[in-house]
Amino acid sequence: MTARLPATPGQTVGPFFHDALPYPGDRHLLAPGTPGGVVLHGTVFDGAGCGVPDALVEIWQADADGRVLQRPGSLRRDGHVFTGWGRASTDRTGRYTFTTVRPGQVDGGRPYFAVTVFARGLLNRLFTRAYLPLPDAPTTEVLDAAGDRAETLVCAEDDLGLRFDIRLQGEAETVFLTYPGHSSA
Amino acid sequence: MSEAPESQAAISEEIDCIGEDYEHRGVEETQPRLEYPPYRSSVLRHPTKDPVQVDPEGVDLWAPCFSERDVDPLEADLTIQRGGEPIGERVVVTGLVRDGDGRPVRHQLVEIWQANAGGRYVHRRDQHPAPLDPNFTGVGRCLTDGDGRYSFTTIKPGPYPWRNHHNAWRPAHIHFSLFGTEFTQRMVTQMYFPGDPLFALDPIYQAIVDPHARRRLVADYDHDITRPEWATGYRWDIVLTGTHRTPIGAEEVAGP
Repeated sequence: MTARLPATPGQTVGPFFHDALPYPGDRHLLAPGTPGGVVLHGTVFDGAGCGVPDALVEIWQADADGRVLQRPGSLRRDGHVFTGWGRASTDRTGRYTFTTVRPGQVDGGRPYFAVTVFARGLLNRLFTRAYLPLPDAPTTEVLDAAGDRAETLVCAEDDLGLRFDIRLQGEAETVFLTYPGHSSA
Repeated sequence: MSEAPESQAAISEEIDCIGEDYEHRGVEETQPRLEYPPYRSSVLRHPTKDPVQVDPEGVDLWAPCFSERDVDPLEADLTIQRGGEPIGERVVVTGLVRDGDGRPVRHQLVEIWQANAGGRYVHRRDQHPAPLDPNFTGVGRCLTDGDGRYSFTTIKPGPYPWRNHHNAWRPAHIHFSLFGTEFTQRMVTQMYFPGDPLFALDPIYQAIVDPHARRRLVADYDHDITRPEWATGYRWDIVLTGTHRTPIGAEEVAGP
């Protein structure tokens, strides 16, 4: 569908969002330590390979059964209701962490976390996907389109859980996505 | 880096060159460039490869859901958050949030943050030696109503200096964070006030190289919103990108 009205332009999130966007429990879609939970974590890197200490990462995902939920409560978590949405600012080294569940398949598609990235110095938000590492899963249109950079869209299993680094620029630059009706500039 | 900081004249020249080049090309752009060297912090923080075009599917076709459980209506008034009245020009900022097809974005979260009247953020990294206002946090939230309308009561922010180059000042602005009816519409931007003398000098505002597109971030003064003996009024309507979900055959979603 082509948009009829031109979209309002985006702007950088700037350096001063920390008192506004982060909130208690923002990164805990599930209370830490809950059985069945998983840690999704990674580092946001700039083009020089340095961690970005003033970035913000958001995820939006299905629950473990592949249901896309429409439940309020993300901003005031009670520790029980899973809403599918979370937000994490990066620390001084550029790291972010979520506790959540591994998303299930939605409509038979390969499961992924939908990810948005914001940062000081980044003039508009970026979209990407963090696919679950499922060696036997069939490939997807998006992974095919990403070609030899498809690996940047797949989480790695590690000691903590799932690792998904985001490289804004550089050799292993993350594949970012655009949707019909978006203009890249 | 021991080089002397660059002058505004040098930054302005870069801004003008890019603007002229854009005019000559004649291809309309409606969003900021991610690669915009006059904004120095963008140099290492913009992707260099083209994004991959994706048809939204599954979770992309839905947005997170917020309700009165998440947001207290009092959070929309930034002038009543502390014991006393904040200092500055009290303003009402209101407008409609619509999608690219003109449909209102109803009951969805809008978050804002801003400097105080003196151009100072509460943020601990803000080192501008302007006074903090003990009665102003500069942070607000609301849900749009059934018509997609948001409304905040706040204090008009001041311009503030930053370190992009020597004597760099940001035009007064309010940061806005917006959600649509699907994930693909997520957006963060800044709203500006009309007639700001700093527009031409600011590499963040000018990163939207199209003058008509830039103008979409500037609110209009609206005397019908101004409240007698209380606050001046500004209108700023927001358009998100289009939606992709077909209303017919939309997937079942789990209830609350």
